[in-house]
Amino acid sequence: MKIAVCVKAVPDTEANIKVAGDQSNIDLNGIKFVTSPFDEFAIEEAIALKEKQGGETTVISLGGAECTDVLRDSLARGIDTAIHVNDPDLVNLDPLTAAKVLAKVIKEGGFDLVLCGQQGVGGDNSQLPSILAELLDMPQATLVVKLEIADGKFKAEREIEGAHEIVEGSLPVVISAQKGLNEPRYPSIKGVMAARKKTIDVKNLDALGLKGSVGQDTRRAVIKKMMMPPERAQGKMIEGDADTQAKTLISLLKTEARVL
Amino acid sequence: MANGTLVFIEQRDGHIKKASLETLCQAKKLNNAGPVSAVIIGEKAKELAAQVSKYAPEKIYVLEGGEYSNYSTEAYTDALEKAIRTADPKFVFAAHTAMAKDLIPRIAARFDAACISDVMEFQAENGCLNPVRPMYSGKCYGMYDIKSAIGFITIRPNVFAVDAAQEGHQAPVEELKAEAKTPRAKVTEIHKSEGQKLELGEASIIVSGGRGIKGPENWNVLQELCDAMGGALGASRAVVDAGWIDHQFQVGQTGKTVSPQLYIACGISGAIQHLAGMSSSKIIVAINKDKDAPIFKYANYGVVGDMFEILPKVTAEVKKMKEGQ
Repeated sequence: MKIAVCVKAVPDTEANIKVAGDQSNIDLNGIKFVTSPFDEFAIEEAIALKEKQGGETTVISLGGAECTDVLRDSLARGIDTAIHVNDPDLVNLDPLTAAKVLAKVIKEGGFDLVLCGQQGVGGDNSQLPSILAELLDMPQATLVVKLEIADGKFKAEREIEGAHEIVEGSLPVVISAQKGLNEPRYPSIKGVMAARKKTIDVKNLDALGLKGSVGQDTRRAVIKKMMMPPERAQGKMIEGDADTQAKTLISLLKTEARVL
Repeated sequence: MANGTLVFIEQRDGHIKKASLETLCQAKKLNNAGPVSAVIIGEKAKELAAQVSKYAPEKIYVLEGGEYSNYSTEAYTDALEKAIRTADPKFVFAAHTAMAKDLIPRIAARFDAACISDVMEFQAENGCLNPVRPMYSGKCYGMYDIKSAIGFITIRPNVFAVDAAQEGHQAPVEELKAEAKTPRAKVTEIHKSEGQKLELGEASIIVSGGRGIKGPENWNVLQELCDAMGGALGASRAVVDAGWIDHQFQVGQTGKTVSPQLYIACGISGAIQHLAGMSSSKIIVAINKDKDAPIFKYANYGVVGDMFEILPKVTAEVKKMKEGQ
């Protein structure tokens, strides 16, 4: 079985985010990039499947230099090969553009299973897996917390509001990983050493035959401007003993805040 | 020429999502959205048209049949495609739910179109809708431009209001049929979750617990307040990672981003990860032993003290208030 894992380099979730002066993006000064947390579950699932059933695992990422460490991290965990699509046209990507590029790479690779995180932390679009499935003409299961693969078929448990849904179907399929799918492993020292020796396959849009057909002017959704959230007003501290605090709080919520 | 807005009305087991009605009512308030129609897909979609009619869409499209009894990505995508090709709208709106996250990007890709998800505000001007959505879980916001002929937008639940129903209003209903295909994947079972009675994203009140609850045996203290207020239970990442509660309860950057009317943070210090997921709540209450906890900077009302002493008293006050109403 050939497994592709799509990963995204994203600002660390603990990072303080500020909007850049021209409002086109966040201020990237001092930002540390990490593997998007939901992608870690996709990476782990791919490695665990390979350990159980054999096969080949490939990790794919789009972007600039920030992808290199993220791809090395996947290799260190146990992914076999890495593809980095790096092209100056691929900046401030919308999910559709990213999916078009990934779909091309995945078609060329002939994969049976495509794993993604359910959401790239930061952009928070939660769109890429479904778009990718459409462009690849594959079935999909998103927000997956349990996955079984056997005999060319999949069985996925997905998290919906107040319930879990079991989806079954045939491979190839696109699966998006939700937290809870597994416990991602940390890279071992041996893995880190081995990953350093591996070559990352770097491609640009020319190599993929996509130059001009994706990127800046073809994007369908473009960020006009980014803004910081409105400042929250200075709050009130409620003093007194526990009885007084409880009474005052409920009274304020009812008469002042009007939320009860 | 594409015109107007088509709103996807989500139903499960014949129940229409309130968030879909919020979406429909909001679409009608946007001048730039044009005439608003609705589409219902389901095993018994026609029966549901009367409920949607009360919110006065121009027209209601229905796609009905056994193939829609459970949600199916492929069958629903084909059905929605049929409705869009018939109605020819400029925008398609849906509530930002688990179903929409699965369905709307897929149908948008079929139309090679923009998809803007989890929109919380429109700053419409000069013929542009200018949808605004949180990014980095609300650490910042982005305003978007739609460059395709048709644009798909999902709207965060609980942000926009449902208008008063116009009893007796009858919108014309048109039944459509999508070409029958055999989906390659289908839902074979549904297991209702135990515990959470109300979905976090749809709750107007959330009571959340962090490390201050001391252990999984103490959730009942929060659950009692939840029940008294009619709210949903939430949790910080710390307690989810500690295994004290399931991930579906997690609020924050790797959990759910929520905007309830009232968010009560109990024993949560306010890691940036958590703050990102709840700071767009209308009113925030923080109850914490540590007066220097960062959560107090975000709270409209702060209570320094022992949550195990204070919460039961708050629950008692809520019950007293409800009995008095």
